[in-house]
Amino acid sequence: MSVLVFAENWEGRFKKSTFEAISYAGEIARQMGTSATAVVIGNASDEDMKALGKYGASKVLFLKNDKLNTLEPGVYTSILAQAAKSCEAKVVIISYTYTGKAIAPRIAVRLKGGLVSGAIALPTGLNPFTVRKKCFSGKGLTDVVVNAEVKVIAITPNSYKLNTGTGEAALEALAFTLNDGDLKVVSKEIKKSSGKVALTEAEIVVSAGRGMKGPENWGMIEQLAEALGAATACSKPVADMGWRPHHEHVGQTGITIGPNLYIAIGISGAIQHLAGVSSSKVIVVINSDAEAPFFKAADYGIVGDAFQIVPQLVEAVKRLKAAHN
Amino acid sequence: MKFLVCISNVPDTTTKIVFADNKGLNPAGVQFIINPYDEIALTRALEIKEALGGTVTVINVGGAGTEPNIRKALAIGADDAIRINAEPTDAFFVAAQIAEVVKKNQYDVILTGRESIDYNGAQVAGMLAEILGMPGVTVATKLDIAGTQATVEREIDGGKEVVSLSLPFVASAQKGMAEPRIPNMRGIMTARTKPLTVLEAVASEMHTASVAYELPPAKQACKMISPDHVSELVDLLHSEAKVI
Ligand SMILES: Cc1cc2nc3c(=O)[nH]c(=O)nc-3n(C[C@H](O)[C@H](O)[C@H](O)COP(=O)(O)OP(=O)(O)OC[C@H]3O[C@@H](n4cnc5c(N)ncnc54)[C@H](O)[C@@H]3O)c2cc1C
Ligand SMILES: Nc1ncnc2c1ncn2[C@@H]1O[C@H](COP(=O)(O)O)[C@@H](O)[C@H]1O
Repeated sequence: MSVLVFAENWEGRFKKSTFEAISYAGEIARQMGTSATAVVIGNASDEDMKALGKYGASKVLFLKNDKLNTLEPGVYTSILAQAAKSCEAKVVIISYTYTGKAIAPRIAVRLKGGLVSGAIALPTGLNPFTVRKKCFSGKGLTDVVVNAEVKVIAITPNSYKLNTGTGEAALEALAFTLNDGDLKVVSKEIKKSSGKVALTEAEIVVSAGRGMKGPENWGMIEQLAEALGAATACSKPVADMGWRPHHEHVGQTGITIGPNLYIAIGISGAIQHLAGVSSSKVIVVINSDAEAPFFKAADYGIVGDAFQIVPQLVEAVKRLKAAHN
Repeated sequence: MKFLVCISNVPDTTTKIVFADNKGLNPAGVQFIINPYDEIALTRALEIKEALGGTVTVINVGGAGTEPNIRKALAIGADDAIRINAEPTDAFFVAAQIAEVVKKNQYDVILTGRESIDYNGAQVAGMLAEILGMPGVTVATKLDIAGTQATVEREIDGGKEVVSLSLPFVASAQKGMAEPRIPNMRGIMTARTKPLTVLEAVASEMHTASVAYELPPAKQACKMISPDHVSELVDLLHSEAKVI
């Protein structure tokens, strides 16, 4: 009766959000007096799979098949359902990533379970099984009780700390037969985003808005991101005017992110923008207008001209990095 | 081609959220809108219908209070509407209701928004696909249909992916799929006479219940740093906030 956790990978590499999901599953398993079993679909190395033990997975059920390196939601669901059955899982943990959003609802229906998506912490109680999540785009919190026997939790990336132990997970191949007709969603092309750091996974995000005046001024934004090892983002009008690619646009109608640090430069802080970034742990705002609404949502702020401040910031970050290397 | 577009009724994004006794949203003074992603889905359905022919039906699971927004969807251009008369408190319940209508009416394309902005669940589309045994694509930024095949672009964690699949299917819309339309005068006039069918809910389980609500802890006041001491910000982020 273990806790099942989907160990998502991208081109065979596990991401931090996967380690978080496993740590989360491991802790729930501990509270329930059982162990956590991870499921890996795709081509991860044995070494990397064994290392999932560090985060709390005692066992890894894996399935290597080149046709399953990209997400086929129905098939992934069948594989997870089979794994859940084999270990009689009553709790299934999935990261609330794009892949997780595609499969968590399906696995919940398949297992006749209840789903809490976007959980932000460990269950506050196991009986009734209660999990806290954000609602109203971060403007509220709600406690959700799962009444079904099987509980599926999609945990928000960056909301649960990593467990770092030592163990090694035992590996076991899943016997799953894939028929060609099962692949209903066929991958044709992958368009990798240009940024070095993927926005949805970045721990630090440097974002800029209309205050930058034009696309030719993004050099300093990229330099700051580079110095911090951050991803870059932007406000909606900036993407609409074609100053920056659309996949960088954050907010209510763009991407929702929750990095450890969000630096907003020349962004006024409209409510629709905040909707996409208010889960950030620490927010820094740099704006020439002391009345900009963003300061109300910020932890640290500088009132001043971005064109003066950002280059100084780049230098200060470089000095800090140099001093700590 | 028969489209079914699922629309949910949500508080406008600029709403100040107030909870009544921590038991739920206090609706006083709250303006409800069509979930923004659903408007994107609706617009794309209309664009494809205009190009290839067909009908666009909108469906909502909700009480009578959602009808102004259903009428708005009709004003934007949907041909007819269905309201399932029940409070949508659990995503599985909602999906089960919509699935029932799909089974009876055989739609070719079922569209939802990528998530509703009230509970941010991103659940209904995947659940519908699973209940109906259809292929599904979530968080889709482009949708094109030719014959019985669809080409869809979806967000993935490292970028975007183009996939193909056959009709019928379920897809959830993300920004990029279309620019939402604003109803024009003629649309508003004709919306009044378009059919809006009200159906009673079928029996279904509810797997989850939101039992308590609270506001997130208030943010501490923003710490202001002088523009003349930019490096102080870096020091604070390092030693106080410990994020760099
Ligand atoms: C339905 C709907 C959905 C929306 N969805 C989104 C969304 O998802 N994401 C989003 O971002 N927006 C969204 N918007 C738009 C949003 O309301 C704002 O219009 C937008 O966020 C403003 O972008 P901005 O802050 O870059 O520009 P502005 O509001 O023009 O702000 C520019 C800021 O830069 C500052 N500035 C100017 N010069 C300098 C300088 N030299 N140095 C420092 N600061 C300077 C100004 O003081 C100002 O605060 C949406 C709107 C609607 C109606
Ligand atoms: N009560 C409802 N009635 C009709 N469609 C809904 C309802 N709730 C959610 N949906 C659809 O499902 C999508 C995802 O919603 P959710 O799973 O609640 O985040 C929405 O964008 C709508 O298209």
